[in-house]
Amino acid sequence: MAPETTLASSGLSVCHHPMLPRPFRVVRHRRELRDTFTLILEPQDGPPEFPFLPGQFNMLYHPGAGEVPISISGDPGRPRHLVHTIRAVGNVTRLLQRYQAGDVLGVRGPFGAPWPVAEAVDRDVLIVVGGLGLAPLRPVIYHVLRHRQDYGNVEIIYGARSPRDLLFRRELEQWRGRFDLRVHVTVDSAGPEWRGGVGVVTNLIGRARFDPPQTTALVCGPGVMMRFSVQELRRLGVQPRDIYVSMERNMQCGIGLCGHCQLGPFFVCKDGPVFSFDRISPWFELREV
Amino acid sequence: MSNLHMGDEVVLTAADLATLYDILMQQGFQAVGPTIQDGGLVLDVLGGPADLPQGWTSEAEAGSFRLAPRTDAAFFGYNLGMESWKKFFYPPRLALLQVQSRDDGGLHFQACSQEALPLALIGVRACELAALAVQDRIFLEGPYQDPVYAERRRAHFIIAVNCTEADAACFCASLGTGPGVTAGFDLALTEIINDREHLFLVTVGSSQGAAVMANLPHRPAWEELRQQARDLVRQAARSQSRALSTADLPRLLYDNYSHPQWDDVGARCLNCGNCALVCPTCFCHRLEDAIDLEGREAERWRLWDVCHTLQFSYIHGGCIRVSPKSRYRQWLTHKLAAWIDQFGTLGCVGCGRCLVWCPVAIDLTAEIPAIRGQQVKM
Repeated sequence: MAPETTLASSGLSVCHHPMLPRPFRVVRHRRELRDTFTLILEPQDGPPEFPFLPGQFNMLYHPGAGEVPISISGDPGRPRHLVHTIRAVGNVTRLLQRYQAGDVLGVRGPFGAPWPVAEAVDRDVLIVVGGLGLAPLRPVIYHVLRHRQDYGNVEIIYGARSPRDLLFRRELEQWRGRFDLRVHVTVDSAGPEWRGGVGVVTNLIGRARFDPPQTTALVCGPGVMMRFSVQELRRLGVQPRDIYVSMERNMQCGIGLCGHCQLGPFFVCKDGPVFSFDRISPWFELREV
Repeated sequence: MSNLHMGDEVVLTAADLATLYDILMQQGFQAVGPTIQDGGLVLDVLGGPADLPQGWTSEAEAGSFRLAPRTDAAFFGYNLGMESWKKFFYPPRLALLQVQSRDDGGLHFQACSQEALPLALIGVRACELAALAVQDRIFLEGPYQDPVYAERRRAHFIIAVNCTEADAACFCASLGTGPGVTAGFDLALTEIINDREHLFLVTVGSSQGAAVMANLPHRPAWEELRQQARDLVRQAARSQSRALSTADLPRLLYDNYSHPQWDDVGARCLNCGNCALVCPTCFCHRLEDAIDLEGREAERWRLWDVCHTLQFSYIHGGCIRVSPKSRYRQWLTHKLAAWIDQFGTLGCVGCGRCLVWCPVAIDLTAEIPAIRGQQVKM
């Protein structure tokens, strides 16, 4: 390697080096969908708890291949288990898919701005998600259910490509069985055995029960789905400052220094990934920005 | 020897430069500065003042750079080469951490040691000091510090040089970042060559600088020489033909993402990324892994990156900035608009490197007026 650096022990304070991962051991690998899986992790050593806010993400590291930003999909009230739900779409995520109980990977985080669970107190909460977008919002659902009396109506609108692409299906059914929460599910296409709705999530927004000026809407999913959902929410009278979206960019450092995740004036990793719509709107619909 | 303070001005002869160099060596500094290698002006380790490009000048224009001999023996009679000082604090290639597999199947992560000698930077121009101040904001003043940058920036000695001539590419005067230095140095030199004498008017910029000067045979400055130094710097400012007006930035750029000038410049831009690599404030980088053949040890490296590649904005499923124009637009909009939101300062210091080292001579001091001249709202 280059002579300018040596690999001897460092004088730097390890715990303050923001680029240094911590080793985490896989407790369980759970297959979710044909290309999607959940890793339940605990620290190999060091503090046993991993506190995070709903919506924050970690950089997951496979040594020799690299890091990927993955949002935390677990329960913020149970910080002993770090939970990530991952779709195998690239080099690193396909390697992570092979991880089984006992395997160790690197974790840096938590990073990023959270979903506004504090700002939404005493308001109706409308969660509009598409595809894997349910994963970064699951911590919000856990949080809201744990503090159910703090919130008004809670409505979850979830769309997936097909019935077999429905993530967390068992939990969706449990939530749907509750009296203090309403779950609306739709798929883009389905066979005759599907008894639920078919169509885009935006069609379901109007069916949810919420008082638009008193509603905080959390939107996460593919770009097109978010665009049309925001339009529909605004048409129904939800204020732009009360609509939150989650943006996606190439991220390599997670701490606003590598520059890859820029979107207009923002570093998505540090200023986002969750943005209120009034803040992001000038850049939300621009292409190639 | 007189007791010197910040702001004091004294005079050294050209021959004293060697003594100044020796004192810095004795204090444990490694001297780096401009030197000629392979016909180009680079920044590297200096074995002494003799390694400086004495008697040479630079001729930098959009898309061209030449070194040419001078008629005098000036040590600092040129302006800027391709490289900026950021490479010493924010290295182009850096091993960040090492990973080892443990026998129990676990992993061990360790930050790489970043030992480096404290540097004496010799010949830093005003725009370069401004650029270092910009990088300080990025790497030291955000929510996360870069520990490597912080460590390297902790101890060093800066000998700044006031520019007494400007290159055709320079536009620091319009940004207020030069050609004279104002802060951020230990000693600042103004090189003055008369018929009879070759002198340096030295301004003391820190107590560290004062302590070094106390060990040198110096004379107090006289008013005529001071005036001459001021005139030279003023002349260097007046001679700049390029300028960047910043009054309406960043609004101008945020409001003009779809301006036809982006198509125009996008058709010329080769997306080579030279402008970002030579820019003294650009900070984007990527991370890469190196692994041994057995897969037991890996290293994580940090490398300078440029926003002009498709790879830069790649996420699963494709790239965000597909068209060449969108990638140039990102570079310029970041530098002149987003930078202000992110770091409270412009990302440009007027050094002109981006236009000099652009193979097709794209000149931001021409692109901005072109956008301003015919504004089209989004």
